[in-house]
Amino acid sequence: MAELTEEQSQVAQEEDSEIGSPTVIVDDLHIVYKVYGAASESEKGNAANALMRVLRRQGRPQMKEVHAVKGVSFVARHGEAIGIIGRNGSGKSTLLRAIAGLLPPHKGAVYTDGQPSLLGVNAALMKELTGERNIVLGCYAMGMSPAEVQAKYDEIVDFSGIGEFVQFPMSTYSSGMGARLRFAISSAKTHDVLLIDEALATGDRDFKRKSQERIMQMRESAGTVFLVAHNLDVIEETCNRVIWLHKGKIKMEGDPQEVLEAYNKA
Amino acid sequence: MSQPESALADAQAGGRAPESLAALAQRYGLRRAIARPSMPAYLRQLWDRRHFILTYATSRNVSKYSESALGQLWQVLTPLLNAAVYWLMFGIILDQHKGIDNYPAFLITGVMVFTFTQRTVTGGAKSISSNLSLIRALHFPRASLPLAYAMQELQQLGWSMGVLLALILVTGETPTLLWVLVPLSLLMQLVFNLGVSLFMARVGAFARDVNQLLPFILRTWLYASGVFYMISDKTKHLPDILRWALEFNPAAAYIEFMRDLLIYDRFPERWAWTTCIFWAVFALIAGFWYFWRAEERYGRG
Repeated sequence: MAELTEEQSQVAQEEDSEIGSPTVIVDDLHIVYKVYGAASESEKGNAANALMRVLRRQGRPQMKEVHAVKGVSFVARHGEAIGIIGRNGSGKSTLLRAIAGLLPPHKGAVYTDGQPSLLGVNAALMKELTGERNIVLGCYAMGMSPAEVQAKYDEIVDFSGIGEFVQFPMSTYSSGMGARLRFAISSAKTHDVLLIDEALATGDRDFKRKSQERIMQMRESAGTVFLVAHNLDVIEETCNRVIWLHKGKIKMEGDPQEVLEAYNKA
Repeated sequence: MSQPESALADAQAGGRAPESLAALAQRYGLRRAIARPSMPAYLRQLWDRRHFILTYATSRNVSKYSESALGQLWQVLTPLLNAAVYWLMFGIILDQHKGIDNYPAFLITGVMVFTFTQRTVTGGAKSISSNLSLIRALHFPRASLPLAYAMQELQQLGWSMGVLLALILVTGETPTLLWVLVPLSLLMQLVFNLGVSLFMARVGAFARDVNQLLPFILRTWLYASGVFYMISDKTKHLPDILRWALEFNPAAAYIEFMRDLLIYDRFPERWAWTTCIFWAVFALIAGFWYFWRAEERYGRG
């Protein structure tokens, strides 16, 4: 695998003279986070059970600690587009969040050049509000200035293609329209290190093509791109390196074709 | 090291010779993705996010009443009904106004002023724990959230104050020049509220049970703050030290300050000014510092 990685960076070096300087270094990273309200059937309880647990000094069953990433190390370089694949619950999204600096490491560290940002503002939007208000809110949440918001506003509306629906609350949108608007808002900003979590499977075919083009553009302007997707074709087309996560550990990494082949066999 | 092979591969590819990843990071000047900014840098980041804070506050207020038929009218109706309930209970049913002229004005002022603190603190305590998904998705100084919740309450307060002033005029008070000091009194209270809600935001983020407990604590505080009675009446027979402690209660101080301005028409005493300013400054500095100390850990939940 060592040769593979070297080969990979040499190939990359031919594409761009700046390549080679690391942008993200993940050093033996462990992530543990707490999940609330995830009680199993047998532990689901009433007040009496809860009292017994307190008396026996046991933790709340609704609160579980999840050891999502268990000792991952790799170096990402300028100009790379890295795909992260793995089954559900293998720690892909958690890893992205840790790289973005949103989840503190339990052990180990993530070193970055500049501020990596996650493509996604969903959590900041409010479905009771109109598209107009949500565009402004989402842009501010990503840290834009009022001037930038004004400059980007029309572009966002155009790109999302929701037309006059922008004046209606988002709760009235079809799921495709909502997804399109969210993608349009979150891709309106340029980033040094871009982290994309399953953003490509939204909308109809036409929009899918448009969003893929947008991702390519962002990849060119960004130093490094990380992409999580279940759609392996997208990974194969977009990425020049793939990391396969399995139960929080790296099972394999390297050339996309090779890793994807092994992944499909497993 | 669970993946010695891959770590080694990367180290070799990057450094051409085995070298620890931390050293590699240092050589290229990479910084830890998660690190608490220094206090001045943090304040600057917060200032850069002022538009987000205000927009988030307004958006929450707009979406809050969007499902009800009367919509934004509830911003006025809520404080009005609140005042009506207390007046019915304590003014009419319990007939409490022994020795207090214009008891309705006395009561409503107390309720409105206390409600401002109560709502800001309750909101602040939930601001982190109920926005975990936002914290795990985007980068921003986390203090933006408690601040946005406080701004939301400040917008609500605008309506409550309108209602309060109208009701006070209805009960027969006349406006005096002292009324121009009302915004100053609210400003001191706002700063105090900000400090307490930043403090509670951190507490509520890591000890969620606090959110269940908080209503009881706040209600006890309500009863201890002289909303329904005159504190100086009740404390007359107490030893000095206890009386001093009760009157030093920040909520009581802000309430009395406002009553001085609106009802008693007298310039607040030096003691009142000192207490109000002390609590505002102390709460803000202590609360902000306490919140900032855990900045990098809020994502973990």
